[in-house]
Amino acid sequence: MITSTNLAPPPAPEIRQSLSLTQVSLPRWAPALVGVLSLAAGGLLAVLFGWGPVATVVVAGFVYLVALPTWSFVVENRRRAVDRLMTTLVWGATAVAIVPLVWLVYLVISKGVGGISGAFLTHDSHDPLAVDVGIAHALVGTLLVTLVAAIISVPIGILAAVFLVEYGKGSRIARIITFLVDVMTGIPSIVAGLFALSLFVLILGPAIRFGFGGSVALSLLMIPIVVRSTEEMLRLVPDDLREASYALGVPKWRTIVKVVLPTALGGIITGVTLSVARVIGETAPLLVVCGATNTINHNVFSGRMMTLPVYIFYQFTQPGVVPRSAPPGSDPPGIGHAWAAAFVLIALVLLLNLVARLVGRIFAVPTK
Amino acid sequence: MGGPGLPIPPDAEGGPNTSTKRGDRIFAGVSRGAGLVIMLALAGVFVFLAVEGFPGISQPATNYAPETTFWPYVGKLLFGTIFAAVIALVIAVPFALGIALFIAIYAPRRIAVPVAYVIDLLAAVPSVVFGLWGAFTLAKHLTPMYQWLYDHFSWIPLFKGPPSATGRTLLTAGLVLAIMILPIITAISREIFAQTPRLHREAAMALGATRWEMVRLTVFPYARSGIVSAVMLGLGRALGETMAVAIVLSASPLTTINIISSNNPATIASNIANKFAEATPAQLHVLIATGLALFALTFVVNFAARAIVGRAEKRLAG
Repeated sequence: MITSTNLAPPPAPEIRQSLSLTQVSLPRWAPALVGVLSLAAGGLLAVLFGWGPVATVVVAGFVYLVALPTWSFVVENRRRAVDRLMTTLVWGATAVAIVPLVWLVYLVISKGVGGISGAFLTHDSHDPLAVDVGIAHALVGTLLVTLVAAIISVPIGILAAVFLVEYGKGSRIARIITFLVDVMTGIPSIVAGLFALSLFVLILGPAIRFGFGGSVALSLLMIPIVVRSTEEMLRLVPDDLREASYALGVPKWRTIVKVVLPTALGGIITGVTLSVARVIGETAPLLVVCGATNTINHNVFSGRMMTLPVYIFYQFTQPGVVPRSAPPGSDPPGIGHAWAAAFVLIALVLLLNLVARLVGRIFAVPTK
Repeated sequence: MGGPGLPIPPDAEGGPNTSTKRGDRIFAGVSRGAGLVIMLALAGVFVFLAVEGFPGISQPATNYAPETTFWPYVGKLLFGTIFAAVIALVIAVPFALGIALFIAIYAPRRIAVPVAYVIDLLAAVPSVVFGLWGAFTLAKHLTPMYQWLYDHFSWIPLFKGPPSATGRTLLTAGLVLAIMILPIITAISREIFAQTPRLHREAAMALGATRWEMVRLTVFPYARSGIVSAVMLGLGRALGETMAVAIVLSASPLTTINIISSNNPATIASNIANKFAEATPAQLHVLIATGLALFALTFVVNFAARAIVGRAEKRLAG
């Protein structure tokens, strides 16, 4: 056994030496100490005035924001105090910004999971009196519309990127296209929807609403994302590979198809997946062009088509009436459906993001 | 980054292998065609919106309720659009810059990487879900704050009230919009912050600057134009965002700067989404015309943002 005297805490000067050579400064643990004290102050006030946990944390945050710089101002100097204030603000901004995301995800899970069932995923809702209503029609619609949008935009996007990187490099037309792609990224989604609507109204008459129109609108939003990500990936492919291929007498187009594109494949798939994840949640263009329906429609070229985001919107805006049997004060049935569908939609988006990350990691472009 | 496309393909000398040449010509043509499709698509957006929207400027007066002609109608909607976007910017910009500083400069890598990922995830949440959350949950939790603002600050025209009982106000919509544009502003500014030359930063620290002084003296001057363009791209996003506003607000075209009452100005996009389902063909033309106005507005904002970025890049390169 070692006696306690041997374990005496190290003398204070040692800490001082390691911190500053010329100037008095707060000890390393000062922020932690102030943090604990602020929380205690917030807690105390909360107990006195009966506040909730949110108010406690907010008050504690403000106490910290004032106390630490003040202490620093008294002991150190004004510059250090400002620095500590800004550091606190930067950390605080980040912490506050995470709150909505956590809150939202928690809410969607807690309110949505209860509504998910086999019947909910496999039934449509054409019969309002049926016990089993579901989102099958919206699910089918979302998948079909997005699939067709991908079929349109992936070839165009990849080929355009090939043109920008391999053929048109530095030319005037390439510069114009690059600029237009940048501008296209900023097109509001509802404008894309109105464009598709105007296009097909002119061709097919004013009452036209069908899935393909939604696909065209989504393509307009998807193409710039595919072009940008593919362009970046193609630029990462080392020139050595291209030169080696040319040296073997392989023509340029076969070099691109057999060497450049396969090398960048992982990155391209990641970009495409992320772009799908981006447009699968788009509501406004589909609301405008695809219309809404209660039954499953497998044909994107004819008839209205329901999609998940539009389903959520309509369930929320037209939630129906509370059934007599339900306990008083409960939400109309549409609200529950909206949350459950939102859960499915978010799960889809997160899944796509995850797949994109995995693909990106597995097929990372060898840059060395 | 080494520029590809430098080497001359082997058959450029004019060899006898004509099938190879044809293959090359076809592939080059197809990829150029894809580029042209993009140009055509963008031109098409203008043309088709103009063709379908033009009749919307001169419809019978009833289609512009509560106004009687097109210009005041679209003017009020434009006011709502810009006002909501400005509220969103005022809230989002300080946070976005703070987070960008956190990720690029302040946080240790171990924390910065996951935080960056989480902020990017915010961009992946579908807008309709944001709307649902804003209208249903956030709005309810904000009503006490609106009451408090009304009680203490009703002398400020912004908070003139009376406060909305549901909490579904323009300020709530602005808050949701702010959260939605946070990722794009953060992503662009953090990349520019991270590009600040290391030597500048280290020189500042070596001269005895505190970390904040280092940021103020080296990072901000370097990133100024990048920040401006990031903010403008965020503005473009906020102007065009539809569903969040459409769900949170039950709005009509009007001009008011009172942001906590239940009478709220509609934005162009939310107006289209709300009126679309029941629109007559005449009203449809009107809605498309307002859509064209929105497109023109966001086009100008994005154009300006890109131009600023381009000029800054040229300056840094030269």
